[in-house]
Amino acid sequence: MGLKIVVLAKQVPDTRNVGKDAMKADGTVNRAALPAIFNPEDLNALEQALRLKEKYEGSTVTILTMGPGRAAEIIREGMYRGADNGFLLTDRAFAGSDTLATSYALSKAIEYIGKFDVIVCGRQAIDGDTAQVGPQVAEKLNLPQITYAENIVSAENGKIVVVRRLERGVETVSGPMPMVVTVNSTAPECRPRNARRLMQFKHARTITERQESNDDYVAMYSERPYLNIQEITALDIKGDAAQLGLSGSPTKVKTIENIVFQAKESKILGTSDDEIDELMKELITNHTIG
Amino acid sequence: MNNVFVYLEIEEGIVADVSLELLTKGRSLANQLNCKLEAVAIGHNLKGLEKQVFPYGVDVLHTADDARLYPYTTQPHATILIKLFEKEKPQIALMGASSIGRDLGPRVSSALHSGLTADCTSLEIGGHEDKKAGKTYTDLLYQIRPAFGGNIVATIINPDCRPQMATVREGVMKKEIFAQNHVGKIKPIEVAEYVSETDFAVSIIERHMEKSKVNIKNSSIIVAGGYGVGSRENFKLLFDLAEVIGGEVGASRAAIDAGYADKDRQIGQTGITVRPKLYIACGISGQIQHVAGMQESAIIISINNDANAPINQLADYRINGELEEVLPKMIQFYKKNTK
Ligand SMILES: Cc1cc2nc3c(=O)[nH]c(=O)nc-3n(C[C@H](O)[C@H](O)[C@H](O)COP(=O)(O)OP(=O)(O)OC[C@H]3O[C@@H](n4cnc5c(N)ncnc54)[C@H](O)[C@@H]3O)c2cc1C
Ligand SMILES: Nc1ncnc2c1ncn2[C@@H]1O[C@H](COP(=O)(O)O)[C@@H](O)[C@H]1O
Repeated sequence: MGLKIVVLAKQVPDTRNVGKDAMKADGTVNRAALPAIFNPEDLNALEQALRLKEKYEGSTVTILTMGPGRAAEIIREGMYRGADNGFLLTDRAFAGSDTLATSYALSKAIEYIGKFDVIVCGRQAIDGDTAQVGPQVAEKLNLPQITYAENIVSAENGKIVVVRRLERGVETVSGPMPMVVTVNSTAPECRPRNARRLMQFKHARTITERQESNDDYVAMYSERPYLNIQEITALDIKGDAAQLGLSGSPTKVKTIENIVFQAKESKILGTSDDEIDELMKELITNHTIG
Repeated sequence: MNNVFVYLEIEEGIVADVSLELLTKGRSLANQLNCKLEAVAIGHNLKGLEKQVFPYGVDVLHTADDARLYPYTTQPHATILIKLFEKEKPQIALMGASSIGRDLGPRVSSALHSGLTADCTSLEIGGHEDKKAGKTYTDLLYQIRPAFGGNIVATIINPDCRPQMATVREGVMKKEIFAQNHVGKIKPIEVAEYVSETDFAVSIIERHMEKSKVNIKNSSIIVAGGYGVGSRENFKLLFDLAEVIGGEVGASRAAIDAGYADKDRQIGQTGITVRPKLYIACGISGQIQHVAGMQESAIIISINNDANAPINQLADYRINGELEEVLPKMIQFYKKNTK
């Protein structure tokens, strides 16, 4: 009997490669200047899911992502690497969500999609570095959680065993399924795209994407239902409007500032013997060193 | 009621530095807000723990003492905090942005629908006006943190939900004794009334904790190297200087990514935050994520061959030149002048 696994994956702006044009003059972020990528630790999470799938015959891996229409790219990317299917949770009602509103929507979507044995998330998303959504989803679903996973050792007989990497050590823990697991960047890297799967899934589309593009493959989508990426909305998941988007977000951004250093008055020195000698004398005399 | 709460991290009977730092911050927030500072200790064999925390200004210490509560696992600790907070209604709750705090905090905030700001670099009290709703707020917690990979700083508030929760990394706040003879009250928690068997569903099979080998955080002199150091060999120059002047060696992430130094030496937003007496930045350009971890240093010396490196803005002394030339000279003249 296989496992039902869902991977929560997010499309994020690549904040690791922020160039000069990424910040607008008013101090806000120019999202358009940043490429959108698969959140790095979500790829580590996907790899853990795919390993479970290989280990336990009959398992399925489903990707769930919440975001704008273009986040369907994350689901296709997941399929190229081995996921079976995916759901895009998208609705204007989600705009302005903080981590709590995001977790609420994701947890309702998980309940809507079905029952899962393992829910795998990345530890944190690089656009916010909060690492909150995993544990918050777990709490909302009233499930236990195992954070900072480096290796899901086994998931059988209703029990999951996980090695966790902590700041100052390692722990092996076990707990009952269903379980929420968040995966660290120290876990193995995700396998690359598989060429055969790339051919198989490159036409996978959400209904909105199909309506927007002119290519007319109606027959293909009815013949090959796995090419339909399901799009779900606030209505589908029966979300309570008060808990979604901006109104469901207790935290508000009050101000955003670009960072400017206060220039100090500094002494400028060259590298001559005399200058370095003077400097060391000064540091010794004023008891900074020595 | 409506006090400032700090969750204490405890390892082998010792309260973690990050928790003591938060007590210091919590004490000053409580003074500003004219309320009490309360601490929560959840673990085993907690007798005598008050001696470690009362001097930091704790007015009330809640203790949940039970063999099953140590080592830390998520659910029993979360359940106790959730129920305690429902009862005590803190206005502010702080915890470390550590493996434990970042596992526990979101779970608690989700249950209380309170909101949580991770990894704050500064906490202040201030007001807020919501023009749209026509409401004004006083005495909110400003939760200030870098966002977007550290390229901006955001001030976050939770106007309507309580507690206002935040996590802070070790080393970001200063740890300071409030009054050596300060005493508070101890309030034991009836553990059996709080937790149930299902909270113990996750169990620890094996556990290896290591003490960090490098002690950069408590060093009063740090010689830090960046990508400009160029190689692992060249890092030896930094170790040599650190040894003669009695300091530790730190590094930027670029230097670590390049393999010049080990990960546990990383200073910055995603590394350690330091505030030494002297910080010598060698071949470090001074990107905001690095500066976030060292800008509180008392004296900063920058050695850089680019006179326009951003770090020079912060430096008390800028040495324009090649570090390969400067570092041996610093050693030489230090020795000469201390003979
Ligand atoms: C989310 C996020 C988190 C991050 N967290 C951290 C963090 O915690 N810590 C951190 O450090 N970085 C962090 N970074 C990376 C940070 O943005 C910078 O990339 C990094 O700090 C640059 O390191 P550097 O100054 O050593 O390298 P560079 O920017 O390459 O600078 C090298 C400097 O060396 C000088 N130089 C070169 N040769 C010599 C020589 N022979 N003698 C003297 N000077 C020389 C050059 O002029 C230059 O100024 C983070 C980035 C992101 C996106
Ligand atoms: N919009 C989203 N859609 C799907 N998964 C998400 C979303 N936001 C966060 N997650 C998951 O939660 C993890 C932690 O995110 P964060 O709390 O934002 O750092 C991510 O690594 C994802 O696995």
